[in-house]
Amino acid sequence: MSYDEWFRTDRLPHIYCAGCGNGTIINCTLAAVDQMGWKKEDTVFVSGIGCSSRAPGYILTDSLHTTHGRALAFATGVKMAKPAFNVVVFTGDGDLAAIGGNHFIHACRRNIDMTVVCMNNQIYGMTGGQGSPTTPLKCLSSTTPYGCAEPPFDLCELATAAGANYVARWTSYHVKELEKAVKVGLETPGFSFIEVLVQCPTAFGRRNKFRQVADHVEFLKSHSLLKAKRDRLIDQGQPVPEDMFVVGEITKRNRPAMGVKP
Amino acid sequence: MRHEIRFSGFGGQGIILSAVIIGRAAVMYDNKFAVQTQVYGPEARGGASMSQVVIDDEQILYPKVAIPDIYVIMSQEGFEKYGASAHESAIMLIDSTLVHSRPKCKYIEVPATGEAKATLKVIVANIVMLGALVSATHVVSEESLKKAILDSVPKGTEDLNLKAMQLGLELGKQP
Amino acid sequence: MTRTEFWQGNTACAEGALAAGCTFFGGYPITPSTEVAELMAAKLPKKGGIFIQMEDEIASMASIIGASWTGARAMTATSGPGFSLMMENIGFAVMTETPCVVVNVQRGGPSTGQPTMSAQGDMMQVRFGSHGDIAIIALSPATVQEMFELTVKAFNHADKYRVPVFLMADETVGHMREKILVPDSVEKIGRKPFVPGNPPFKVTDPDLIPGFPTFGTGQHVHVTGLTHDERGYPAATNPPLHAALVKRLVDKIENARDEMADYDIVNPEAEQVFVAYGGPVRTVMQVMHDKKDKNVGFLRIRTVWPFPEKALLEFKNAKRFLVPEMNLGQIAREIERHVTVPVVPIPKLGGELHTPAELAAVLEEKA
Repeated sequence: MSYDEWFRTDRLPHIYCAGCGNGTIINCTLAAVDQMGWKKEDTVFVSGIGCSSRAPGYILTDSLHTTHGRALAFATGVKMAKPAFNVVVFTGDGDLAAIGGNHFIHACRRNIDMTVVCMNNQIYGMTGGQGSPTTPLKCLSSTTPYGCAEPPFDLCELATAAGANYVARWTSYHVKELEKAVKVGLETPGFSFIEVLVQCPTAFGRRNKFRQVADHVEFLKSHSLLKAKRDRLIDQGQPVPEDMFVVGEITKRNRPAMGVKP
Repeated sequence: MRHEIRFSGFGGQGIILSAVIIGRAAVMYDNKFAVQTQVYGPEARGGASMSQVVIDDEQILYPKVAIPDIYVIMSQEGFEKYGASAHESAIMLIDSTLVHSRPKCKYIEVPATGEAKATLKVIVANIVMLGALVSATHVVSEESLKKAILDSVPKGTEDLNLKAMQLGLELGKQP
Repeated sequence: MTRTEFWQGNTACAEGALAAGCTFFGGYPITPSTEVAELMAAKLPKKGGIFIQMEDEIASMASIIGASWTGARAMTATSGPGFSLMMENIGFAVMTETPCVVVNVQRGGPSTGQPTMSAQGDMMQVRFGSHGDIAIIALSPATVQEMFELTVKAFNHADKYRVPVFLMADETVGHMREKILVPDSVEKIGRKPFVPGNPPFKVTDPDLIPGFPTFGTGQHVHVTGLTHDERGYPAATNPPLHAALVKRLVDKIENARDEMADYDIVNPEAEQVFVAYGGPVRTVMQVMHDKKDKNVGFLRIRTVWPFPEKALLEFKNAKRFLVPEMNLGQIAREIERHVTVPVVPIPKLGGELHTPAELAAVLEEKA
């Protein structure tokens, strides 16, 4: 099989804007899923509400497109009732970290056996560009017209602190690394969380000086700091650049997990 | 015949369990009908705890106790809150170790806590009261009470509880 | 065969769920329903089922919907404040036609209100609380026996009609202990099988209920809370399609109202007629027993929603309907819609049942 056999072709065309990075992330995820050799009938995609959460609708498996923020709670029901299923969740920064924040920390704490891919575009895209819990300080959105005044969440630190077995961050630029990270996530028993910083030209880019999609992708690339490099800087007592974000495998461990395949 | 029994004491004495045991004895072993209800407060210990049972030969329709004809009172606060207004025709079993007030109705003094402490364990004072209740009023049979107690108490405490019941049966005996 | 037990209402509810084959319970502790969760936590794992305590009632409701799609009979139990949180995903269950059972052991509201006291204040919330036009099924038990029997029935209705079904109990019935005859086995009505090859939400039967395409059976069904076509695909800006879908979701319940109606009628020739459900049934029964008056009738309702309005018409001589409820008159309003004679609400707030004397006094009042 190849990853394009997982697509529900009668749903096309999709709703994503030209230049959106979500498709890249869906491709990387399905490529990783395909390498697992899973059967479609044993695999369930679950999502909440938002652009990211439309992804399961384009995938040819059983899928639950649920209510805003609640994907992980629905997925918990699916996985606990049927541990033989492979459960993958697509979510976004608003869905996961704002309205779904409580479900996120408890799914991490339970370390429930599923893989969660968070498309973090740092804004509410579908509703037209409102600020989210990951909108960076000073960035513009329709609800932060004078610049975001709230510090953002670090979702990977949150997932790690709350107990997830596997945590990684990449960007829509790092397609090879992302595919590999998702695969490791799928292979790791327990809760796997992969955050993907992604451009949203329509809602974020045009308000924040990324007129061209390539400008934003270039920014994501150039502001990525490999975890190994960050760790080295800390070891050497060097300052870590404040405008950069850490990418790579952030956490990998083997805490007791729930709902693991028999 | 409909009996309405009210139990009161402080949290931790086993007031609720007492009512459940009597209801269970009536339903499971005397082939009667019973409804047990209770007042829930936020306190798990202390305070005034209250529980009630209706026992009847016929099916019980209205499940709540309106005018109790039998009282089992195991604390002073319980007496003041749930026993002091007892109707004159009622009969009240009082744990005379802990309750110093006396009602206007007929009452039987049962030194349950004192006797339990002296000869058994204080924790079974409520079972002493149940024994006294049954020997004084015969709301359920002695045999049924015994079976319901054995159903309800933790494993390994059966002998202790049956001794408590026996003690109560003696203390409650009316001339 | 049956055996006698002396059970609390909440115990009977959990035992009824287990007898009905419930294998998944997702819940959050809340008085006065917690005993249901505690018993399921103790018993489900021994039967190979799953008990999970979720982080809140929103998640509880979500978890049972997820479990239901794997084919499990799934339930949760709560009370007012938790019930309010469940409204969001109750709508999702209605829209996606997901069978599930929600027990609400009602307590005094609004807000935190009276956690340990009885009420029936959520009877309109259960019917209309989730946004949009919905139809659901709600059953109200008046005895510990009915806590068992109506829980079984709730699972059967949920599977048959593919809708959330609510056991609208109250603290009085949930917490009282009384005699119950427990059957060795119960009737189970499962989900309509899915015909492979059909679009997953295509309706071919007059009952308007599609077969259930259980996850894992290779149907590749997309389940969304968005307005969807019969393939299950989002079609949220198609006005006729939305209208037809919502109408079908409501009609499949409302059309079955007579089939589902569950009530008893006493003295149909009477001029004064009590109508009650849940805890207050017990007081009315006491008054009927004490008065022995052929001119006092009684309609005892178990299926509250959809409301069995036909039953009201059986009281041909009725001059007024007397409706004791532990709220300010919720079902009394529903009754008013269906009859031409006066409807007298007998509200009781505070957390206690009406006393027999209170109801008897209303009978003496001039009509």
